[in-house]
Amino acid sequence: MTEAATAAGPVDSGPTAGERFINGILPENPIYRQLLGMCPTLAVTGGMQPAMTMTGGVLFVLVCANVIVSLIRGLLKPHLRILVFTLTIATFVTIVDRFLAAYMYQMSKQLGPYVPLIIVNCLIISRCEVCASKQSVRVALADAVGQSIGFGLALASIASVREILGSGTWFGMRVLPAAWPEWVIMVLPPGAFITLGLLMGLVNWYVDRRQPSRR
Amino acid sequence: MEYLGSLILIALGAALINNFVLYYFVGICPFLGVSRRVDMAFGMGCAVTFVISIAAFLSWVFTTFILRPGAPLSNWIWSLVNPGSDTVVDLSILNYLVYIFVIASSVQFVEMYVRKFHPPLYKSFGIFLPLITTNCAILFACLEIMKHVSGVPPAQMWDLGRALTLAIFGGIGFTLAIVLMAGMREELDLCDVPKALRGAGITLIVAGILAMAFMGFTGMDQSLSGLLTG
Repeated sequence: MTEAATAAGPVDSGPTAGERFINGILPENPIYRQLLGMCPTLAVTGGMQPAMTMTGGVLFVLVCANVIVSLIRGLLKPHLRILVFTLTIATFVTIVDRFLAAYMYQMSKQLGPYVPLIIVNCLIISRCEVCASKQSVRVALADAVGQSIGFGLALASIASVREILGSGTWFGMRVLPAAWPEWVIMVLPPGAFITLGLLMGLVNWYVDRRQPSRR
Repeated sequence: MEYLGSLILIALGAALINNFVLYYFVGICPFLGVSRRVDMAFGMGCAVTFVISIAAFLSWVFTTFILRPGAPLSNWIWSLVNPGSDTVVDLSILNYLVYIFVIASSVQFVEMYVRKFHPPLYKSFGIFLPLITTNCAILFACLEIMKHVSGVPPAQMWDLGRALTLAIFGGIGFTLAIVLMAGMREELDLCDVPKALRGAGITLIVAGILAMAFMGFTGMDQSLSGLLTG
């Protein structure tokens, strides 16, 4: 994972802030292209509401962690790097977790262990490692927002398919007629794997078709 | 007997019914990344089971004695500083920081120990060890233990035996899932898969079918708990 990501993102010259922002959304989409952060992707996409809450949490943690890591990048020691990243991330995740428990108690119950699991989400650690620990705050911020939007779009696409097919609703609003036989398997774990697999195939097919020389 | 029964239920729940990978989706990264060959998958599974047991042991100790509301050690220290105070000390806000620190340092120590004293073992699964720090399965096991230790009435609190059972069988369930997956992927290499689905796509679809098979275990714990309690 790390080698591939390092090879993809040049160290010094690299893409500008704007390019990194765009890159995060489709060309280097964290879920479909880099296969990072799969655990929440599969677990919270049974409905749009938990998926969007998770996106908000990841956005907050990724932006804060990237900015802090970028600010202290001159002080990092190579062998303690990962530990510093995870401790920074863990602090912000604790903030998100307490916030959800205080203001969105039902959602916090529903997301359960997946909020604290943001700490070990490879997406955030990989962005700290690949981008924030080598770039200025402005670039790191643009990168974090772009990657979070890409993450959010991927989650939204999976959650839409699963919620509409599985319970006939979208964001809790009914979109399919009540006669729709609820396709329960889509809301259960197997539906998550299969939906993500098929959507990943679709994205790969689309990207290949637009850039035939890429592979 | 009742205690043994609860251990069996926890073990079955962690390994089969609520399999870490196929039900809770934790540890997906190695599940997709290191499941190309059966021997590597087995090595990864063993390394995870090993680290998960150590991390679960340490996090149970820290949660029970220091972090949970009213934990004995932190209350004792508080009473030394403020004699006569009857405040209940609650350090549970530090839970995540402590767990991640415990996991990262135990991985580091295990790596150093194995490299020094078991070089052949280090050669076979040493490369997986640093990856394990960011493996969600380990933190997930710590969080499950926290749920049953922190802030629950003393009568329902999990003791060390239950915590370790959950961790070890969770690790075995992870090994089972990743080895099954690797076996299937070795066969998949010989199949004609559509170009767009090659790699992660087809792996996820196969994992979905595997998860469907594991759904067959649902409800086994209920019938078994009826059997064990009579």
